[in-house]
Amino acid sequence: MEKFETLTGIAAPLDRPNVDTDQIIPKQFLKRIERTGFGKFLFYDWKYEDDGKTLNPEFELNSPQYSGATILVAGKNFGCGSSREHAPWALLDYGFRVIIAPSYADIFFNNCFQNGILPIVLPEDTVSTLLSKAKAQGYKLTVDLVNQTITDSEGLSIPFNVDPFRRNSLLKGLDDIGLSLQYEDEITAYESRRPSWKTGAAGGTAVA
Amino acid sequence: MGKTMFEKIWENHIVHEEAGSPTLLYIDLHLVHEVTSPQAFEGLRLTGRKVRRPDLTVATMDHNVPTTDRSLPVADPISRRQMEALSENCKEFGVTLYDINSRRQGIVHVIGPELGLTQPGMTIVCGDSHTSTHGAFGTLAFGIGTSEVEHVLATQCVPQTRPKTMEIRVNGKLGLGVTAKDVILAIIGKIGTAGATGYVVEYTGEVIRSLSMEGRMTICNMSIEAGARAGLIAPDETTFEYVKGRNFAPKGEDWEAAVREWRKLPSDADAVFDTLVELDGSAIAPHVSWGTSPGMVVPINGEVPGPDDFESEADKKAAVRALEYMGLTPHTRLADVPLDTVFIGSCTNGRIEDLRAAASILRGRKVKDNLRAMVVPGSGLVKMQAEKEGLDVIFKESGFEWREAGCSMCLGMNPDILQPEERCASTSNRNFEGRQGKGGRTHLVSPQMAAAAAIVGHLVDIREWEVE
Ligand code: SF4
Repeated sequence: MEKFETLTGIAAPLDRPNVDTDQIIPKQFLKRIERTGFGKFLFYDWKYEDDGKTLNPEFELNSPQYSGATILVAGKNFGCGSSREHAPWALLDYGFRVIIAPSYADIFFNNCFQNGILPIVLPEDTVSTLLSKAKAQGYKLTVDLVNQTITDSEGLSIPFNVDPFRRNSLLKGLDDIGLSLQYEDEITAYESRRPSWKTGAAGGTAVA
Repeated sequence: MGKTMFEKIWENHIVHEEAGSPTLLYIDLHLVHEVTSPQAFEGLRLTGRKVRRPDLTVATMDHNVPTTDRSLPVADPISRRQMEALSENCKEFGVTLYDINSRRQGIVHVIGPELGLTQPGMTIVCGDSHTSTHGAFGTLAFGIGTSEVEHVLATQCVPQTRPKTMEIRVNGKLGLGVTAKDVILAIIGKIGTAGATGYVVEYTGEVIRSLSMEGRMTICNMSIEAGARAGLIAPDETTFEYVKGRNFAPKGEDWEAAVREWRKLPSDADAVFDTLVELDGSAIAPHVSWGTSPGMVVPINGEVPGPDDFESEADKKAAVRALEYMGLTPHTRLADVPLDTVFIGSCTNGRIEDLRAAASILRGRKVKDNLRAMVVPGSGLVKMQAEKEGLDVIFKESGFEWREAGCSMCLGMNPDILQPEERCASTSNRNFEGRQGKGGRTHLVSPQMAAAAAIVGHLVDIREWEVE
């Protein structure tokens, strides 16, 4: 996983509540067996007209001023619905490293950290302010995970909280699996304590 | 102070715990399907890791399998490749797989319980948000992302931050024609789609106690639609009765030992939850969704709301968008909304009891002209059982298509999709924009309501309909 310390980039607004993962990456693109290449399908049904080719001029992110945006400012309960990690993969592949929203769905929030995306929670009125500021041409934010602040060139400065464990993993780009494997002895000890009747797929008859 | 059931299960599964870090929990059962697993297996290959406990891992294919003739090759080459990838991965890593040629194949949340893999007091994960379904057995079950699927494959553990606990108590008795589906839709309507975010919900009360396992699964299934990490229902005689004798359930002395443990699971009388929500079950009417989020529901005898019925700016805006997408005007009576399609199936309502309920309405009646009606059993075993009972004949004679098991039109990854503006009453769980096909309009309902709607061609209050 790529480290995250600080980032300055264009902030793009997506002022809608309850954006679900079906919207972030529609199901027809979940059939790929790779982790990469999902960016071009991000928000597909909003991005394109019904023909699937013509860009929808009304969709915020299609505006040229947001090309190259790396920070997404979004509405409450962002990422609700399906657990598909394809959603953060698509956001990341498109270029987003930071999301700012009043709240997130649980699984999505977690999936972001797994992929080096920083999801920041801010109060609803602060997010509203950022949503309107982001309408200005070329508006940029600097997100500093070391000092936990969001700043802009106009003197704005907003502190934010992030779980210390998550913060540390992001700053160092740590691999969660590697961390858990440090506890190999404890895992083995736990396994020896499990009741013998907890046999999973090994009990029963295997006949299909 | 006593403990909640959640606390008991959580504490039973702690492998490692330290302040400031997520807790490492042991996973008793890992269910795997074709869509969220290929990148996880690939990750194992890249790092040279193995599946730690293939014996605690079970895979099936459900999301993009065709539900038509299984003897034909899968027409969509990309779907086929994903299914082949799962077969190859399961072979390489020694994981049990029920593929499309197995009669045990089906929606992952239907087959776990019906094979007896799902048992009380366990921890169960799957790369799918509706893993919450298994909570109906008093088991801590939650959806995970693909990185975590890889994590569990490699370590049989998952790091988790401890969620808060919420009790949702449904008192009283349900009225005639009111089902578990209506109860959960009413709950989501009340607390909202983020109402339980960060919580594990335990459903309690007289209504919940009186539900069958199928009904309890319907409730827990949609916990995620209220944002919950998981949903739980305490195991009781109904639960034990259901599990007993199933293929992977403990047998003989093991069964006795297991039941003794399971009886200790229910929350203690003096246990304290972080939050309590109460509903009067006898006041719940059959529910139907009008908008594009599962919180946008109203009683069937109600009207489509307008933007002015909402307080916050964001909710007003969302209502405008939803009304436009759904092609509805405010204050339309729900029961007047005409339908093009009816879909019965999914991990919410694709079990045998759901099919029986729908068939009981359809018996001797015909689907409205020009309406497309489809029933997709939740699993191969559900299909076999239904055929044994002659339900397939009832469905077919009334004009329903009788399909093979899978997720099908619940999410339209296979060829079963809605066309733009096609309006569908569906027994599934999500009415998001485009969920059942781009531009498709979904109304979530119970199996009974779906069946009745198929006959009259519009949404209908099952309570009045039964009287007719
Ligand atoms: S039936 Fe629908 S909700 Fe359930 S697992 Fe399949 S796609 Fe997901």
